[in-house]
Amino acid sequence: MDFDIFIQILIAAIAAGTPFVYAALGELITEKSGVLNLGVEGMMLVGAISGFIAMAKTGSLLFAVLCGMTAGALMAGIFAVLTLTLMANQVASGLALTIFGVGLSAFLGLEYTSIALPGVPEIHIPMLADIPVIGQLFFSFDILIYFSGALFVAISWFLYKSKSGLILRGIGEAPKSAHALGYNVIKIRYMAVLFGGAMAGLGGTYLSVAYTPMWVEGMVAGRGWVSLALVVFATWRPARVMFGAYLFGAITIAQFHVQGFGIDIPAQLLSMLPYVATIIVLVFISRDQNTIRLNSPASLGITYHPDNQ
Amino acid sequence: MSETPRLQLKGMTKIYPSVIANDSIDMTIAPGEIHAVLGENGAGKSTLMKAIYGVVKPDKGQILWNGEPVSIQNPAHARKLGIGMVFQHFSLFETLTVTENIALAMDDYTSMDSLAVRIKNVSEEYGLPLEPGRLVHSLSVGLRQRVEIIRCLLQQPKLLIMDEPTSVLTPQAVRKMFETLRRLADEGCSILYISHKLDEIMELCHSATIIRGGKVTGYAIPADETATSLAKMMIGKDLPVCSQDKPVIDGAEFLGVQNLSRASSDQFGTDLEKISFFVNGGEILGIAGISGNGQQELLSALSGEKPVEDNDCIKICGEAVGRLNPDERRNRGMGFVPEERLGRGAVPGMSLSNNAILTAHRHGMVDKGLVKFNKAAEFAKKCITDFAVKCGSKDDPITSLSGGNIQKYITGREILQSPTLLVVSQPTWGVDVGAANIIRQSMIDLRNNGSAILVVSEELDELFEICDRLIVIAEGHVSPSLNVAETTKEDIGIWMSGMFPGGPTDTDTAALESSRNEEQHAS
Amino acid sequence: MLLKIEPRSKPSKTMKYMSPLIAALLMLISGLIIFTLLGKNPMEAFHAFFVEPINDLYGIGELFIKASPLMLIGTGLAIGFRASIWNIGAEGQLAVGALFGGYIAIIFNDSNGFFILPLMILAGALGGIVWASIPAFLKTVFNANEILVSLMLNYVAILLLALLVHGPLRDPDGYGFPQSVLFADSAILPILIEGTRFHLGVLLVFAGVIIGWIFLLKSFTGFQIQVAGLAQKAASYAGFQYKKLIWIGLLSGGVTAGIAGVLEIAGPIGQLLPSVSPGYGYAAIIVAFVGRLHPGGIFLSSLLMALLYLGGESGQMNLDLPSAVTGIFQGLLLFYLLAADFLINYRVRLNTPQQEIA
Repeated sequence: MDFDIFIQILIAAIAAGTPFVYAALGELITEKSGVLNLGVEGMMLVGAISGFIAMAKTGSLLFAVLCGMTAGALMAGIFAVLTLTLMANQVASGLALTIFGVGLSAFLGLEYTSIALPGVPEIHIPMLADIPVIGQLFFSFDILIYFSGALFVAISWFLYKSKSGLILRGIGEAPKSAHALGYNVIKIRYMAVLFGGAMAGLGGTYLSVAYTPMWVEGMVAGRGWVSLALVVFATWRPARVMFGAYLFGAITIAQFHVQGFGIDIPAQLLSMLPYVATIIVLVFISRDQNTIRLNSPASLGITYHPDNQ
Repeated sequence: MSETPRLQLKGMTKIYPSVIANDSIDMTIAPGEIHAVLGENGAGKSTLMKAIYGVVKPDKGQILWNGEPVSIQNPAHARKLGIGMVFQHFSLFETLTVTENIALAMDDYTSMDSLAVRIKNVSEEYGLPLEPGRLVHSLSVGLRQRVEIIRCLLQQPKLLIMDEPTSVLTPQAVRKMFETLRRLADEGCSILYISHKLDEIMELCHSATIIRGGKVTGYAIPADETATSLAKMMIGKDLPVCSQDKPVIDGAEFLGVQNLSRASSDQFGTDLEKISFFVNGGEILGIAGISGNGQQELLSALSGEKPVEDNDCIKICGEAVGRLNPDERRNRGMGFVPEERLGRGAVPGMSLSNNAILTAHRHGMVDKGLVKFNKAAEFAKKCITDFAVKCGSKDDPITSLSGGNIQKYITGREILQSPTLLVVSQPTWGVDVGAANIIRQSMIDLRNNGSAILVVSEELDELFEICDRLIVIAEGHVSPSLNVAETTKEDIGIWMSGMFPGGPTDTDTAALESSRNEEQHAS
Repeated sequence: MLLKIEPRSKPSKTMKYMSPLIAALLMLISGLIIFTLLGKNPMEAFHAFFVEPINDLYGIGELFIKASPLMLIGTGLAIGFRASIWNIGAEGQLAVGALFGGYIAIIFNDSNGFFILPLMILAGALGGIVWASIPAFLKTVFNANEILVSLMLNYVAILLLALLVHGPLRDPDGYGFPQSVLFADSAILPILIEGTRFHLGVLLVFAGVIIGWIFLLKSFTGFQIQVAGLAQKAASYAGFQYKKLIWIGLLSGGVTAGIAGVLEIAGPIGQLLPSVSPGYGYAAIIVAFVGRLHPGGIFLSSLLMALLYLGGESGQMNLDLPSAVTGIFQGLLLFYLLAADFLINYRVRLNTPQQEIA
């Protein structure tokens, strides 16, 4: 009985953690190239409303996902032009992106606030899904959750086993050296930033199309910022990003379950939980600056242009 | 030489907004030739080499490779042609392994494991052994250079460009590298050897092109020249010499360091091990050593940027200052010129005048918490005149100055405050000969006025020119001091590898070996 | 390529002043395009958005009322931003400031002392300081990133304010609505100009901007802040105490945001509500940048941002324009500024053959 509830919570945590998985893995790739994009929140919001509109208009999940990703990538494109081509400060540009995304998504979503979507069906993988506990835990999710798992595997392979991943890490570590060896630092950073944007857009789409599934102004509610913190918490390693994402998924849903247990705590206090947890986690991981320095891309957040040597 | 030249440059020109870096440069290198490109800092050597390696696009001119005109698009293209380059400031990735670093410059390899085997084989074949699995940040500077060299050798280059390769090596290691280069040349590889060190060029190179102010000023056979004649071609006049005429001053101990030990806060750094030395008023003490042996850590402890726990282990004029910050140490008469000029010694984005406030604010530039900008301007003007800083005005951003002029300004700013103790790191690194001479002379003058000066430098020539005594730093240990008049560069070179009494490799065998070496040099 | 981009030999002073103007102009042009796309007559919409709100004395008063929190917070944030201390938490610091100040107003609701307003302002400043000192403490002691910590605290502060206004601070006679009692006159900032809502607080803000200007550009601490922002190693080389500068950088934003929170509840709002700011804490970030992190520039840019708020309201009332357009304008303004700043260090010119240059 209690075990059942535990499994239910675990499953809910995985679903609640999936937007973090997408956004944080995307940001991980962006940061590995040495670019700090603080606009995740804005990209997720615009991705969420774009995916939502596409789903509401066509009913096609694939189309919704593509729209969400494209919208996120376009947002990231603005950031990329500002920081990579025009060499603007990355912190200021990322903040601008978030502020813009908040406004744009609110504007686009004006006529969609009272629509509910059917959601995304769970796929029960035959045979496997029937295995007790394990079947529930691993084989009865919707397709976007499976895809996020596949994304994790692909990114881990890419970063640590492929030559392209090596190049990406090299560029984040020492763009000057990479340039001297003949790599097009700006082009590769563009791709990394756009990928990060597409993933943030997908994370937003997951929220509005599958998780909630509806559009509420500002519905990302800080998840983009938490994703940024997750990348630091994970010391730039994909497996730890996954762990962190599901941990925060669990914290996000904890508020509903606590009330379910009949404990009387004001809703606002429970809603503070993910934000306070983020701060605690950040403090915990930041104490050890050596680990951070060893794992963070050395050129993170620093403007680089080959002509500026 | 009737055979087709390996590389021929015709009318190479590169223009930057503020300077013509290369102006119609012609040059020819035969197969198997070791060719020197000689010129002082800022003459345009590095730009020319980067153009050959495809990093910089020339605005005009032609490159003939084995007689064929080519337009080198990028470094990958250059490597495909058979051109390799060892950069002065290495192009390495610190948190990656040796193999990964080399893989990034290879356009064809099957797997990391097979590449690691090749690295091991080739490095041992050339007598430059490397461990492929090591992370680059854990390697010494000399070993890092080895990674760069092996990276080139793996591609069997037809032309190897070496940009100031010896600044990170002891005199003994330089000799060893020359053997490798001669062997490569014998195998038919051409070598472009960039340097401003005349003795090395005379020893190693078959021919030389001399560049000044972006233009070729002459071609020479170094073996037929003297250091003086080469220098004249390089700077257009005789090498300036500092006037010494040292008054005998029996100064008190202005800086005393006693048993300074500290684990480096940076895990890539060097731990300091029981460092003790002193500097008296009226003398210049030099610290020789290969970079990365604890100089940074020692300097940040001396400057107060990273104060030390034990207050007594650093004393300025007898007062314990270990725990004081740089500001408090300056109030006690210390001045400091760090090796990083922009971003540490000076603030990029600020004017010369505002950069004066950075350390000279204690000299009447602040009143009741408000800055007196006119006082700063006066100070800046004096500094510009006294130290011949070439600039538009005191209000110019410091970044608009050349490296030599920035260094003159920073050194001038510290000296104008009449420090009783001046600590200077790499006083003339990357500085042109004229500026270098002004800087060295100003340190000598300061000493003659009774101040104590500590100079950390990788350039042995410089230390021998201006210092009274020398100590050597190796792996965080410092050697006993030697009077400059009573030692040689060779001896200091041996000490630089750690073989000194109390040094990191001071085992009995090492001591024996070093004494045997000394005997060899003596004979 | 016909156009050639090349670095300037030194940064252009003219462009430093021009680029905010270029950004504002581009934003206005974008506005016309957006209005057209929304099916409105662009000139009519432009008039409704940018002219109508300020074509009488009352409107001008409103402009200053809206601009004053932005001006004050923008100045405070600029001090931190100049040191590269990124306090993104002004929205939360404002909420806590309002909470502290509002608490004073509520407990002294029956008394009629002249001390109440000053006490409220002090309490608001304290609230902002308390909230801003969390990221300052965590950064100086644990190296925790101040951007993320201060931002997370925004959510916490807003929830905290909502919690208290729903609970202990709720007006007992308020039919259960989540709002406090209406403040007594002694807790309301006096109106200075008849026929407007221009209150004493705006003058306090002007004073704050002047103090900020002297501090940032004339004081030695202000100099140290600039050094730390441009080159942290140079600050350490000079012996400036970086940790102290972190505290100053964060607390300056906290103090100003806290006071701005009090000016809001003791000014136009007149009581504590679950939400006391339409995003002033975020908009002030834009104000600070567009104002070139200079109090004089911030004065002007806050007026522009205030006009965007008023225009959003007016456009909604008169032309049924969605007020969310304001958020888009704010974002665009900052984008254009960041893009135009490129011209400070670079210039674009027609590509001419190299030979002629040589």
